[in-house]
Amino acid sequence: MPWMILIPLGASTLSFLLGERARWQLTAAAVAGQGWALAGLLMQVWEEGPQRHPVGGWGAPLGIDLRADGLSATMLTMTALVGGFVSVYALGCFSRDRAGGAYFWPLWWFLWAALNALFLSGDVFNLYVTLELLGLGAVALVCLGGEPGALVAGLRYLLAALLGSLAYLMGVALLYGAHGTLALDQLGLLVRPGIASTVAAALMTVGLLLKTALFPLHYWLPPAHGGAPVPVSALLSGLVVKASFYILLRLWFEVFPAALTPAWAQGLGGLGAAAIVWGAWHAFHQEKLKMLVAWSTVAQIGYLFLLFPLATSVAPAEAALAWSGGVYQALSHGLAKAAMFLAAGSMIHATGEERVESLDGISRHLPLTLFTFALAGMNLMGLPPSGGFIAKWLLLESALASGQWGWVAVLITGALLTAGYVFRVLRHAFLPPRPDARVHVLPGYMELAAFALAIGSLLLGLTATFPLTLLEVGAPFAGVRAMP
Amino acid sequence: MIGPSLSYALAGVALFALGLYGLSVHPHLLRKVLAFNVTGSGVFLVLVSLSQRDPGTPPDPVPQALVLTGIVVAVSATAFALALLRRLYALTGKTGLDDEPAP
Repeated sequence: MPWMILIPLGASTLSFLLGERARWQLTAAAVAGQGWALAGLLMQVWEEGPQRHPVGGWGAPLGIDLRADGLSATMLTMTALVGGFVSVYALGCFSRDRAGGAYFWPLWWFLWAALNALFLSGDVFNLYVTLELLGLGAVALVCLGGEPGALVAGLRYLLAALLGSLAYLMGVALLYGAHGTLALDQLGLLVRPGIASTVAAALMTVGLLLKTALFPLHYWLPPAHGGAPVPVSALLSGLVVKASFYILLRLWFEVFPAALTPAWAQGLGGLGAAAIVWGAWHAFHQEKLKMLVAWSTVAQIGYLFLLFPLATSVAPAEAALAWSGGVYQALSHGLAKAAMFLAAGSMIHATGEERVESLDGISRHLPLTLFTFALAGMNLMGLPPSGGFIAKWLLLESALASGQWGWVAVLITGALLTAGYVFRVLRHAFLPPRPDARVHVLPGYMELAAFALAIGSLLLGLTATFPLTLLEVGAPFAGVRAMP
Repeated sequence: MIGPSLSYALAGVALFALGLYGLSVHPHLLRKVLAFNVTGSGVFLVLVSLSQRDPGTPPDPVPQALVLTGIVVAVSATAFALALLRRLYALTGKTGLDDEPAP
């Protein structure tokens, strides 16, 4: 388990020291090492159930305990898949653009280490530290270009991230003051309804919502995700926002279930519904392709939060459906949105223009990339047989089973709105090319890397049994089958 | 009667609120960074106040370890924010996030 963190951390240091030299070899070795460590961990979790590892043999409370259950293993797998393919894409991307490339690799490996450490953390303070590492790495990646626009977006993101984590840390302080422990599982047994728990839950939730960019706290996301270099946008939208969502999941279903009333969950769901509509509306009206994809992230984050009203104060079977559906949405969106950003980046590179209008005729020149974009779009809309379909289907089934009809309407409206902005891009792509259009060629492996991610998101739909069963290992609603 | 730990905790909460206020009202980025540090100090003060609850007992080391880690994080975040801010100022002469002209 510690290798999951040590390998990317080592790769970060080495890539900083080596610079341009041995980039391919180092990337290949580190990605392979990650795959090896992850496969071992998956086997362990699959066969023996949730795992624990006291770092350095110290053990809690003064040492740090790492832990892995089905949810962590699934998130780690998503990180490895997205990270691996984005690395391949970035090898091509930054070989042309040397200025940004010198710093991309150390920062990206550092970010990967932070993500893995976050998904393996078993106490609320370690989650805080990894969240800060993640935030610092992500902001540095946004500012990679160094132009004023990127700096403003980065600073806005940095301030939002710092504010969010301080609110979270204040919640940690209150929890420790009230219960004298930081471990997630012990807190879950100790937390009782009361003023301290309520204030702590409110502070932590608001801080994490700010980091996850849930409407109306999403203001920093579109400039940061839309303005960053293409591989960075893919990583931020696909992975980084999922990390704070993951902490929210842990807190709501493992620490605070006793302290939270259904009204809170309904409130989060309401914000999610607003995000779906608001984000999709803005995505539809963006002129620039990358901003369209960034606003689509705002909308898709909304779906994640439908999990909370659907899984709170209902029968366990329905709650399990909603919980799996929400996590599945995080997985499929992670793969699909990374694929979409990479495909958008390829199209922008090929045409040399950023506007959606300038994509006319791209279907002739980059058929594979356009297919990637379409597959990812299908996933976001939730059409079968994609992973997005399974996610939305689970949420829908849970909503129908518990009679919460309002959320059914939200889910259906959201799918239609998503179709609106995805087809806006596809329509331009299939128009005849403009006579003056010039197209730059792109290394084939970059197109293939994006395509592989899109295929991955499709496979999530076709082979849903394995991830769904893995998710149940150590899940809060364990023992309740959630098979489609 | 208000004991020393409780007064530290209350002062910490007051600093936290003050910092949040500063972060939201000042457009100048340097002031925002400073306000972030005030907010952080508030949280640390609350944490430190937790380490000794009863005057007779030895203090609990865990909150102190947390504060140390928190300070390291806050210092690096501040350094990073200042570096970005200097770069932004050098490139554009702006000191705020909005598009107001340079003073």
